[in-house]
Amino acid sequence: MPEKIQTIHYVNQFFGGLGGEDQAGVAPQWYDGPKGPGQLIAGMAPDIEIIGTIVAGDNYMAENLDAAVAEIVGLIEAKRTVAADFKPKLLLAGPAFNAGRYGMACAAVCQAVQARLGIHAATALHEENPAVEIYRRPVTIVRASSDVMGMRDAATNMARVGLKLVAGAAIVPTEDNTISHGLRQNYFADAPGAQRAIDMLLRKVSGATPETEYAMPVFGRVPPAPAVKNMAQATLALVTSGGIVPRGNPDRIESANASKFGAYSLQGLDRLSGETHQSVHGGYDPTYANEDPNRVLPLDVMRDLEREGRIGKLSETYYATVGNATSVERAQRYGQNIAAELVNVGVQAVILTST
Amino acid sequence: MGLPTAHICSIVPISKTVGANRIIPSIAIPHPLGDPDKSPDEEKAIRRRLVEQALAALGTDISDQHVFDEPISSD
Repeated sequence: MPEKIQTIHYVNQFFGGLGGEDQAGVAPQWYDGPKGPGQLIAGMAPDIEIIGTIVAGDNYMAENLDAAVAEIVGLIEAKRTVAADFKPKLLLAGPAFNAGRYGMACAAVCQAVQARLGIHAATALHEENPAVEIYRRPVTIVRASSDVMGMRDAATNMARVGLKLVAGAAIVPTEDNTISHGLRQNYFADAPGAQRAIDMLLRKVSGATPETEYAMPVFGRVPPAPAVKNMAQATLALVTSGGIVPRGNPDRIESANASKFGAYSLQGLDRLSGETHQSVHGGYDPTYANEDPNRVLPLDVMRDLEREGRIGKLSETYYATVGNATSVERAQRYGQNIAAELVNVGVQAVILTST
Repeated sequence: MGLPTAHICSIVPISKTVGANRIIPSIAIPHPLGDPDKSPDEEKAIRRRLVEQALAALGTDISDQHVFDEPISSD
């Protein structure tokens, strides 16, 4: 009989049987053997041996997550040093469904034990659990229902996926019902792309629904902001994804897949020129933008409008990045950060230019 | 609340896809706010028209994505 996989299970005070909100402040504690959902896992996954259960209160974890997670890592390390046969290969956390505090704790514990202790880890969360957005990249998250009604499915699948991780098998989100890490992975396909495309087309023609190999990103929608009431008193800012930066590219913004945005002063400038500014965008011929950067960032016109009193004033800082093969996730982050800075300095409206 | 933003861009379908609300179509990808074939004065007038279009967009309440491509009256 093959050796069972030593597994640690993490649960909150409720699933650990300590109590409800009145026990939400308890510090992490170790219990030998399975507890609560761990008993379900042990019963359904004969290859798993739950050697211990760590139970911690939701509030204790949420109030100081980093320190609490470090405590749990320390707890496991301490066990390791006292018992020679203590060799956990896997940690399972939850399922935490759509519970916010619990979900964050589960995902953070998973991330910590895999990074610091070299133990494989998986949790099970509902896709709308706030921990998903934060931890989906580093942590393997099995899809769970929004509440405890889906306990059996989530716990079973979490155990199965955990065993696959230990075995070094690839986790395929569509087959394993996990949340995608958002990473692309190379693999050998059975047939070349042309053939797969024709197959897909034929399936479509025959009335079936072909499954895409590369799902398009989902773009968020925001309701339009209210109009500017009094333009003659408003402060406007210029922002561009067209890669217009001060000559020499002081922040070394990349010409593709930019990892940052820059904030640059317009103070004392009446217009941009090829001597002061340049384009570092790698996705279009920069000849015209380098000749006259106002063709991408219209500073000359904005100064005219400022002088004429058509706008209140132009913010003295403009923001730039390169929108060339930049991921949606990054672009969103840059947008949010730029917007926060603009609001901070009292900007009321933005002109964003893209090439 | 939000910060009203006018997106002056060369490829309107992309702007629509990513969710911009106030969209102003521009001249061309390598020179959205200019035209190197025109004289400097003509070129600046083109740029001015586009920025004024953006100001008009920022001054207009909308309930959904809108492409501001109607010619605006010059005063």
